[in-house]
Amino acid sequence: MKNLPRLIKTALQRISRNPYHALAATLVMLFTFFVVGAFVLVSVGSNVLISYFESRPQVTAFLRDGTDSKSVEQIRTKLADTGVVSKTKYVSKEEAVKIYKERFKDQPLLTQNITAEILPASIEVSTFKLDDLSKVDTLLRKEAAVEDIEFQRDIVEALSSATAVIRNIGIGTVIFLLLTSLLTTLIVIGLNISLHQDEIEIMRLVGATSWYIRIPFVIEGVLYGSVSAFVASLFLWASFIWIGPSIQSVFKDVPNLVDSPMIFIYLLLLEVIVGATIGTIGAFIATKKYLTV
Amino acid sequence: MIAFRDVSKNYNSHAALADISFEISPSEFIFLVGPSGAGKSTLLKLIIRDDIPSKGSIFVDGMDIATLRAHEVPHLRRKVGTVFQDFKLLPQRTVFENVSFPLEILGLDDEEIKKVVEETLSLVNMVEKGTNFPHEISGGEAQRTAIARAMVLRPEIILADEPTGNLDLGSAWEIMQLLNKLNSLGTTIVMATHNTDITGGLTHRKIEIQKGRLVGDSKEKGTKPKSVKKK
Repeated sequence: MKNLPRLIKTALQRISRNPYHALAATLVMLFTFFVVGAFVLVSVGSNVLISYFESRPQVTAFLRDGTDSKSVEQIRTKLADTGVVSKTKYVSKEEAVKIYKERFKDQPLLTQNITAEILPASIEVSTFKLDDLSKVDTLLRKEAAVEDIEFQRDIVEALSSATAVIRNIGIGTVIFLLLTSLLTTLIVIGLNISLHQDEIEIMRLVGATSWYIRIPFVIEGVLYGSVSAFVASLFLWASFIWIGPSIQSVFKDVPNLVDSPMIFIYLLLLEVIVGATIGTIGAFIATKKYLTV
Repeated sequence: MIAFRDVSKNYNSHAALADISFEISPSEFIFLVGPSGAGKSTLLKLIIRDDIPSKGSIFVDGMDIATLRAHEVPHLRRKVGTVFQDFKLLPQRTVFENVSFPLEILGLDDEEIKKVVEETLSLVNMVEKGTNFPHEISGGEAQRTAIARAMVLRPEIILADEPTGNLDLGSAWEIMQLLNKLNSLGTTIVMATHNTDITGGLTHRKIEIQKGRLVGDSKEKGTKPKSVKKK
């Protein structure tokens, strides 16, 4: 350990003597970690989106005009008696107008002629499990007061399957890029080992241990991985600050797709750890394969 | 200090060394003589465990080279300084830094390193050139730097493989004087050379190798290598 500062200095000197090798390794890893980070953020965002839709009422039963409060209460009691319903909420025609006007407040053309007469009253129903929605559906369809039923399930399912596709493509791409990074580190460090054969031979002859010879190359790999992961995380943060508001404006109703800067700090730490690990593995393989000590 | 017992070294079917036996006592100065390709460098490589014998045993300061574990090899090499015909200096390091290299590996602090390196450079008359890079000094100076590097850990043995091979006669004699000086300070020197101009004028023990076989050892009853060869 007392030699660590000298070994780090040796690694830095070797990097500075072959800056193009270092640049090649760093750029490939930077691209990898940018894409990895982007997929992590997309994944987090889609989970927030799915949770949001799941947390919303899963079934909305629109009531015929003139349905009295007694009928509404009867329906709500029947729903509660099934044991599968977690929550019901009655939305009157007046409340429906309020909600509609709030949602489209930026588009006066859509709201100017809307009155309580046009919009139906409704009962919003949530179940404990998505599987129980069909029971609720069957029950509601029997009710004369119910005019139409809207399912949130369709949105959630469409979103879930889209997320699954994105996630699978993401995992495939990430694995491919991580392997590319590993191989690039291996090749660059292998090249550096060949360039320093004379130095390695002299180190052996003057009594350097195997680890003393290997460690600067491992440090080199750790630096490639961690520095590029760090820079990639900063780029990702900057990109999010730049395009984040545009994305959020598309999902107006969803509060904070990527909430708090903490996620970027976790992402930075995670990427630096993964980067350093990839660099270490690449360097280890390179020293095992190309270094004879 | 060094003992070879029936040592052979084969590369595929080629015998680089065959049934070599001799012993070297502490503080001896040995010339390992013979033509190019005779096996001198192979013999030196075996002493520092850069290679292992195909047969026989080698003892260096009590250590059995053939059975030495990998992690023990660096300790052996710190006991045996090595000097080469092509100096093997690191071009991007100054004379001082080249000599300090083995001390850095040992993990000495900068102050200790400075003290020991200056003492060693003074021993080889290279203090003034400490800040020069290898390309800025002469061949003789480069070899003196290489000897300083071999000496800096104060090894008990120095192996010199054709240390005068790349030098003019004047520089070669300077190197010989330096090696003699180190020997007089108690260091065992084993110098491989085919230069009879150098060995002829000195009375040190000569071990002669030809085609991988030991053909003469001047220690044995004062026999001269050439006469042994004629047997």
